[in-house]
Amino acid sequence: MKFFRSHVLVSINDTSLNAGVQDFIKALRTELAKQNLAEEINILETGPLGFFGRGICLSVYPENVNYQDLKTEDVQELVAEHFLKGRPVSRLMLDTAGKFSPKLNYANRIVLRNSGIIDPESIDEYIGAGGYEAWEKALTQMEPMQIVEEVKQSGLRGRGGAGFPAGVKWSFTAPLQAEQKYVVVNADEGEPGTFKDRLIMEGDPHQLLEGIMICARAVGATKAWIYIRGEYKLCIQRLEKAIAQAREYGIIGTNIFESGFDLDIDIKIGAGAYVCGEETALIESLEGNRGNPRWKPPFPGVEGLWRYPTVVNNVETLANVPYIIKNGAAEYRKYGTPECSGTKVFTILGDVAHPGLCEVDMGTTLRTIINDYAGGMKKGFRFKAALVGGAAGVILSERHLDVKMDFASLNQYAAVLGSGAILVMNEHQSIVDMLWSILRFFRHESCGKCAPCRNGCQQLYKLITKIKKGEGSMDDVELMLTIAETMQATSFCALGQSPIMGIRSAIENFKDEFIALCVTR
Amino acid sequence: MYKEICSKYAPTKDNLIYILHDIQDTHPQHYISEEAVDAVAKYLNVPPNHIYGVLTFYTMYSTSPRGKNIIRLCESPPCYIKGSENILRKMKVLLGVETGETTKDGLFTLELCACLGVCGNAPVMMINEDVYGDLTEEKVEEIIDKYRRAK
Repeated sequence: MKFFRSHVLVSINDTSLNAGVQDFIKALRTELAKQNLAEEINILETGPLGFFGRGICLSVYPENVNYQDLKTEDVQELVAEHFLKGRPVSRLMLDTAGKFSPKLNYANRIVLRNSGIIDPESIDEYIGAGGYEAWEKALTQMEPMQIVEEVKQSGLRGRGGAGFPAGVKWSFTAPLQAEQKYVVVNADEGEPGTFKDRLIMEGDPHQLLEGIMICARAVGATKAWIYIRGEYKLCIQRLEKAIAQAREYGIIGTNIFESGFDLDIDIKIGAGAYVCGEETALIESLEGNRGNPRWKPPFPGVEGLWRYPTVVNNVETLANVPYIIKNGAAEYRKYGTPECSGTKVFTILGDVAHPGLCEVDMGTTLRTIINDYAGGMKKGFRFKAALVGGAAGVILSERHLDVKMDFASLNQYAAVLGSGAILVMNEHQSIVDMLWSILRFFRHESCGKCAPCRNGCQQLYKLITKIKKGEGSMDDVELMLTIAETMQATSFCALGQSPIMGIRSAIENFKDEFIALCVTR
Repeated sequence: MYKEICSKYAPTKDNLIYILHDIQDTHPQHYISEEAVDAVAKYLNVPPNHIYGVLTFYTMYSTSPRGKNIIRLCESPPCYIKGSENILRKMKVLLGVETGETTKDGLFTLELCACLGVCGNAPVMMINEDVYGDLTEEKVEEIIDKYRRAK
């Protein structure tokens, strides 16, 4: 193996591709060769780095210097100063004051441990990093029910929003006798503010595939579908490539590793509907129908895709599985809290210094996530509120900054962990305005199948618009609560049951703002 | 033409979403006509109302003709609090159209959409397959200019 003095990690994503990252890398290689540094400095095209700078971003190791918004014109200076003379160019650094470097925290990562380090388009690099060992173990050394038991023991809970224990879900499907079973991966990430699954798939597609394989073996499925939203072009490309590589290596296909087990994985592309994140709606969509949710029970685990038993799991959930199988449930439980094991990937946005993603132990406080991983508030702004869990989430105030971010702790605040989106708002922003935006979203995304949600979302939007304009009264505020509570009790699926969370938390935590808009007129 | 596209896929209902994507992408006006609905219905042996139901359910499909470049500006909460409304206003002035309309020269259609999953760089829009983030009013002007020149 060749050793390099420094490694330059260049993030290839939609933003950087648009900023011309391919030309930039070409220029960088040329310049390094010109300075006779090509043997000393290694350039690695990789997935998300863990922070969001503007345009083309790169990280240099072992110095741990992060650059953002690089242009091809900067290459000469960058090479001459940083790589030749060892003086990082502060003008181009992510934080020009040089004080904050996002805590990348690779030691504590499970899902993202390879992300930003290996080339996501190379199966060899994934295998080199210990990839597919868990798959081999699951296939050749473990019985299906042993795998289910191990995942149950690990305490892994679904990372898509609802938090249902994954092992329990699998245990419904595994013992069933059926001529066909399916695994369906929910990669239809549509919760506003959430893009963790995109980054997992862009950064380490093989890890997701390995998780799918283990799940398929555990429940006895021979076919898996990844249902992914059409907008995620780069993910689709990378997954297609990864699947082709896995087929070529005989990691999937027929009689894998001579175990007699067959499995094939394919991608299905969605067409833009938030409700398709609901598992039965997703199945309807896969079958070529409108994405209206189905009546439960029977649950998909018993009767799903084309009426066959189907396990539907979120991307992040499955990406945790290889680690659990390779290292055992006990090792996995060392992460997180006793009730909620493992790590969670969060996306932090809004008025923080460095929006981005982080993977932390379950139970890390909101304050730590904002301060240590996102660099605190943007300069000159004060924290006012955070929308946690996307549109189907809750609005937390300053009082809740020390809340532990895990399923059990958030439950105490009638809050949900949801998909792991944290949208931070500054003191100048209006909560009513925010709620208006959330309710506009629900009005648009209600699928129209059941009356409570179809009509309720319209009425909620009308009321919040009235309040926002200063034409409402406190009775309207009460009415919103009543409608949303009714929707929670009577809606067909989780979509109609969700608006109550945002509404109730906004009114409870920021009542003054509603009063100010309603009473002063 | 529609028959040709259909025949690329097996005549099973689960391919409907793919067929519709393909038809829309191939059509110079990026939409799915009544004629296309009938052709797909015949090919898959399902009633046209099923096709129409699916077509109008998903936001990525259009039943009316659109421009050469489709602009989809995100209006979800993360982009909203970063000022997507200002970008929308600017865009309407730049293009001289309202949301959902196509410019007279047929170059642009302005649409709103839900979260594109690029919230780290909010506000965000997509033009055709390309994502543009960290939008400002000046930046939007540059981007539109680029597409106008590329015509």
